[in-house]
Amino acid sequence: MILRRGARWLDDRLGAASVARTSLAKVFPDHWSFMLGEIALYCFVILVLTGVFLTFFFEPGTNEVVYHGAYAPLDGARVSAAYASSVRLSFDVRTGLLMRQVHHWAALVFLAAIVVHVCRIFFTGAFRRPRELNWLIGVTLLALSLFNGFSGYSLPDDLLSGVGLRIAYSIALSVPVAGSWLAFLVFGGEFPADQIIHRLFVVHILLVPGLLVALLTAHIGILVRQKHSQFPGPGRTEHNVVGSKFWPTYATRSVALFCAIVAVLLILGGLVQINPIWLYGPFEPSQVSSPAQPDWYIGWVEGALRMYPPWEFRLFGHLVPNPFVPAVLVPGVTFLLLYLWPFLEQRLSRDRDAHQLLDRPRDHPVRCAAGAGTLAFYGLLLATASNDVIARLTRVPVAALTVAGRTILLAGPPVVAAATYVVVRALRDSGAEGVLQVSFGQLAAAARATLRRRPPAAATIAGGSEDR
Amino acid sequence: MTSGGEGHDAGVPAGPRPGAPEGEAGRPVRLRAPRPERRIAAAFGLTAAAAVGFAAVYWLGGQTQLEGVLLAVAFAGLAYGLGAWSARLMPQGPFVEEHEPFGSSRGERAAFAAEFEEDLEAISRRRLLGRALALAVGALGAALLFPVRSLGPRPGRALYQTPWQGGAQAVTADGRPVRAADLDVGSVLTVFPEGQVEAGDAAALLVRVDPAALRPPPERAGWSPDGLVAHSKLCTHAGCPVGLYEQGSNLLFCPCHQSVFALLEGARPISGPAARPLPQLPIEVTSDGYVRASGDFEGPVGPGFWRRPP
Repeated sequence: MILRRGARWLDDRLGAASVARTSLAKVFPDHWSFMLGEIALYCFVILVLTGVFLTFFFEPGTNEVVYHGAYAPLDGARVSAAYASSVRLSFDVRTGLLMRQVHHWAALVFLAAIVVHVCRIFFTGAFRRPRELNWLIGVTLLALSLFNGFSGYSLPDDLLSGVGLRIAYSIALSVPVAGSWLAFLVFGGEFPADQIIHRLFVVHILLVPGLLVALLTAHIGILVRQKHSQFPGPGRTEHNVVGSKFWPTYATRSVALFCAIVAVLLILGGLVQINPIWLYGPFEPSQVSSPAQPDWYIGWVEGALRMYPPWEFRLFGHLVPNPFVPAVLVPGVTFLLLYLWPFLEQRLSRDRDAHQLLDRPRDHPVRCAAGAGTLAFYGLLLATASNDVIARLTRVPVAALTVAGRTILLAGPPVVAAATYVVVRALRDSGAEGVLQVSFGQLAAAARATLRRRPPAAATIAGGSEDR
Repeated sequence: MTSGGEGHDAGVPAGPRPGAPEGEAGRPVRLRAPRPERRIAAAFGLTAAAAVGFAAVYWLGGQTQLEGVLLAVAFAGLAYGLGAWSARLMPQGPFVEEHEPFGSSRGERAAFAAEFEEDLEAISRRRLLGRALALAVGALGAALLFPVRSLGPRPGRALYQTPWQGGAQAVTADGRPVRAADLDVGSVLTVFPEGQVEAGDAAALLVRVDPAALRPPPERAGWSPDGLVAHSKLCTHAGCPVGLYEQGSNLLFCPCHQSVFALLEGARPISGPAARPLPQLPIEVTSDGYVRASGDFEGPVGPGFWRRPP
């Protein structure tokens, strides 16, 4: 009764009944892979909620204070306000540590969900017309999320993240022509300038989250306007969407998913220690900890920095420092190719039609090969970011591992791409149910067919691995 | 999804489930209802109990692990209950929605273009005004970039020099003056110029090595009295402190990106991404045994930059 009266009151003022009716009846496909983006969205919600709690206690200052609190080993230590407040909110604020650890874990899962979501979109061809716009927005969301992860990780002013900031400063410094100005304007002077924590705080809690909310709204708005894509199947065509209605079935399931994610993050945040800044100690410009790894999503840049050979060259009599190629060019080209992929593929495949039905990955050996080679490249970069840890575990000298890493980084991705091409092609040609059902003979046939039809096939493979 | 609900599989056409759609009061639902309903209700009950437990733990002083587990159980109960409710007791599809065609009709597009261009024409006819406006907006935009300059000081000479200078007394991180006698062969100290312990670019590694093993270039002959040799602690790759010293081999390791420097050969890089040696600091020992610099580092310390001299 009250519900009805409220609805009538609103409808008299907004005329919302028909819109609400179509919205509630919106059909969502039921395939599990459509939840990856939702996982990312819900992680973002959790990040905002836990993050707001943390801002109530965090002080973004580099001014020196004396820590007094429940963490005895630091009691009486002279540390920065940012570090002291981070330790205090971990030990002296009830549920503070839980909130901080859930926040950190949520960031790690958030980025992971985005990356897997991008993979799903990529391998099923969901970026094709008419969804290029949402691909561009999605890649921007990925870039902003990476940046916000790094800025948040740097806020507590602990030894590990402080060294990370110093590397970021060196990367800014390495930019040709404007590098010194860039580094001095961003950091507020020569490292360690006392401005950077405060600036990162503003960026981390206001600027980037604001952009994320705006772009997420556009991302979802476009999704609603264009409706979902779907996998082919009985009754599914290029002109319809088959699945569950938003209200009540899908909405309830989605809330259940949200609760499940919260539960997982609470288990992680409650039981699995993450970023124990009190063990790293406060940042001191002349000190460093070992081993030193960043959060996983920035590991590929770290790996590139470690693997890039000791090359520096001079341009017009000026120095192009070593970090420029691995830490500016490689990420720049990575995101450029990500942005351009839908348009590159349109050119390569000459397919400019609108698609509502998704590809099965096997339908596109070239796309699969390009994707697998790319993933291999960045996966290997991530692994090489831990070459010191691997050296300690295997007792192989780290210098030898570095040389081996460089070799594998160059040779591995093309091999993975070629192998993927052959396997996917065997799958497509044989019509087998899954990879494990492909016989050796079918694989060999696919490999032979690949080699025999040399001109077109070889060209497409090369195109695929170049697109890394 | 963690719920007990199976069968959101897309590949198979979701055939008519027993007791699924519409008729909530219909017989099929009633046949299946009791068991899922009991379990879902139990899950919600678990949520309530865990929530009370969390509140109690918080009230009693808090305990991170217990709080995390109890809250997780509460949310897991909700997740299971809602998931099962949605999968078992709510209308199951498949529902079908048609796509509207994308793109407006030809007539609509033409009408929009005509109207828009007509109005645009009224504006673009005023050529002078258009140019003046472009000038105004351009000038204003450029002017508004100026405050960006407030963000930081001019780099100036900052990257070329450090607080070290001739006669600067070397001190440890806690400000204690360093004497030559403090270091035996094979020992290492991080030193700073007196009064500049906080400076980001001043840290130097002071190592005593066997003077016979040291092979300095002739122009640096007097820089390492009695095997006391000092180099910048900042890696020439990305600026991390080169924090590890291996006594036997006289190698310096950077823990960030695994660059290795050979101390005896002028701290030349021998492995990893660093491309330049760690700049050396000329050292002298005063008559009363204190260690001090006889000048600044031989060149800019730390990572490279565009204007860095060769």
